[in-house]
Amino acid sequence: MSTEITTDVVVIGAGPCGLFAAFELGLLDLKCHFIDILDRPGGQCAELYPEKPIYDIPGFPVVTGQQLTDNLMAQIAPFAPEFHFNRMVNSIEKQEDGSFKLSTDADEVFHTKVVVIAAGGGSFQPKRPPVDGIEEFENKSVFYSVRKMDDFRGQDLVIVGGGDSALDWTLNLEPIVNSLTLVHRRPVFKAAPASVNKMHELVAEGKINFITGQIAKLDGENGQINHVHLTTDAGDLSVPATRLLPFFGLTMKLGPVADWGLELNDNTIKVDTEKFETSVPGIFAIGDINWYPGKLKLILSGFHEAALMAQAAKAIVSPGERVVFQYTTSSTKLQKKLGVA
Amino acid sequence: MIIHVTDQAGANHELEGLEGWRVMEVIRDWGLNIKAECGGALSCATCHVYVDKDWMDVVGAPSDEEEDMLDSVGDVRSNSRLSCQILCSDALDGLKVTLAATAAKD
Ligand SMILES: Cc1cc2nc3c(=O)[nH]c(=O)nc-3n(C[C@H](O)[C@H](O)[C@H](O)COP(=O)(O)OP(=O)(O)OC[C@H]3O[C@@H](n4cnc5c(N)ncnc54)[C@H](O)[C@@H]3O)c2cc1C
Ligand code: FES
Repeated sequence: MSTEITTDVVVIGAGPCGLFAAFELGLLDLKCHFIDILDRPGGQCAELYPEKPIYDIPGFPVVTGQQLTDNLMAQIAPFAPEFHFNRMVNSIEKQEDGSFKLSTDADEVFHTKVVVIAAGGGSFQPKRPPVDGIEEFENKSVFYSVRKMDDFRGQDLVIVGGGDSALDWTLNLEPIVNSLTLVHRRPVFKAAPASVNKMHELVAEGKINFITGQIAKLDGENGQINHVHLTTDAGDLSVPATRLLPFFGLTMKLGPVADWGLELNDNTIKVDTEKFETSVPGIFAIGDINWYPGKLKLILSGFHEAALMAQAAKAIVSPGERVVFQYTTSSTKLQKKLGVA
Repeated sequence: MIIHVTDQAGANHELEGLEGWRVMEVIRDWGLNIKAECGGALSCATCHVYVDKDWMDVVGAPSDEEEDMLDSVGDVRSNSRLSCQILCSDALDGLKVTLAATAAKD
């Protein structure tokens, strides 16, 4: 049975622009829920450059992607937005009363008066290894993440990759599989040294097999693999396998955003510059995903857009209510909301 | 300076490179099929190219950080490089590279 959630605003995408929107919406007493396909907030800042310095955030001569995310999370904490990670928004439907119904791939339904699309460059999805015909096996015997460990019990598993995900799942799944082969293109790993050491111990004990090479081809039928072919320096090799877990990191794909019936400009959503509303009233788009003449894809721009969007969202959620413009420095009302007065 | 780029479909392109630009930026600017998602920040590996064997020595080897990034593409060869890490210069006039399948846009 699906879970039903009712709220004022649903923000799609917990990147920096979506996160700041929760602050602006919170000041206006609007309650928001976030949905993101990633397992944590921060969007590109957290996924693509957590350690890299950003120099053009006003008031911060330098801040890393992760620090900015952490600061935004602290800033919006007083408004207690709710986060729904590891889910993709698949559809948005306008209801007769003007509200919206959103559905996710985790079988949840959100009823909301306002939708804010802060989907940035698109949803982060696993990189698919360049192997012909891999699509036919996906979600049947080839997986890009482990949702249920039991799917791997008693299987002949091949894991490909040299980062933390590959090593963590090698260690976690080894006790329950029939056989496990770890494949990485070189003997150097990016993963935590403790995991790498543990993996080497398991290889020495003969519990897992490690091969330096790359995956070339898959054999099988009806979605079920039976062999993984590898290219190695010593020549081609075929490993019997009933499950494959490739871990090559993530890449951004526009995904379902394109199917929501909004007016687009290339791969971005057209908005006005007064409210940052899309061609569908009640659906707003802020940050990298939107387009208007002169648009700059900068975090700074998304922050500005969030502030204007919030005013318009308030008018939809509480029609007729007069909103008095106030500064956080001088308004005790706003400071109470922030828990500082 | 000129760089020669073979795209994923096998077509050859002769592109004018600008001194100081990254090879990725030249390829992107000319509208070839390169995703270059992170814009050259060495965070995505979607600017993967194979350097022509004759040019390997001039271009040089990838840094450790670039090697780490190359782990996230499944079609690495001994002549793999991330094109955002190769700076155009006179020494590279005539450079030949081929776009990897994993550099393609969706
Ligand atoms: C290497 C690098 C360096 C950068 N440096 C700077 C800089 O110095 N200064 C600057 O201003 N900008 C910089 N940028 C750009 C900056 O990161 C973006 O402008 C910013 O991240 C956009 O924020 P956003 O919130 O709009 O979207 P994003 O950060 O892209 O976040 C969007 C989120 O939405 C989620 N999402 C999308 N679709 C769905 C869906 N259907 N369902 C569920 N979730 C979904 C995604 O998973 C993602 O988490 C840099 C970018 C990169 C890659
Ligand atoms: S453009 Fe992202 S690593 Fe080169």
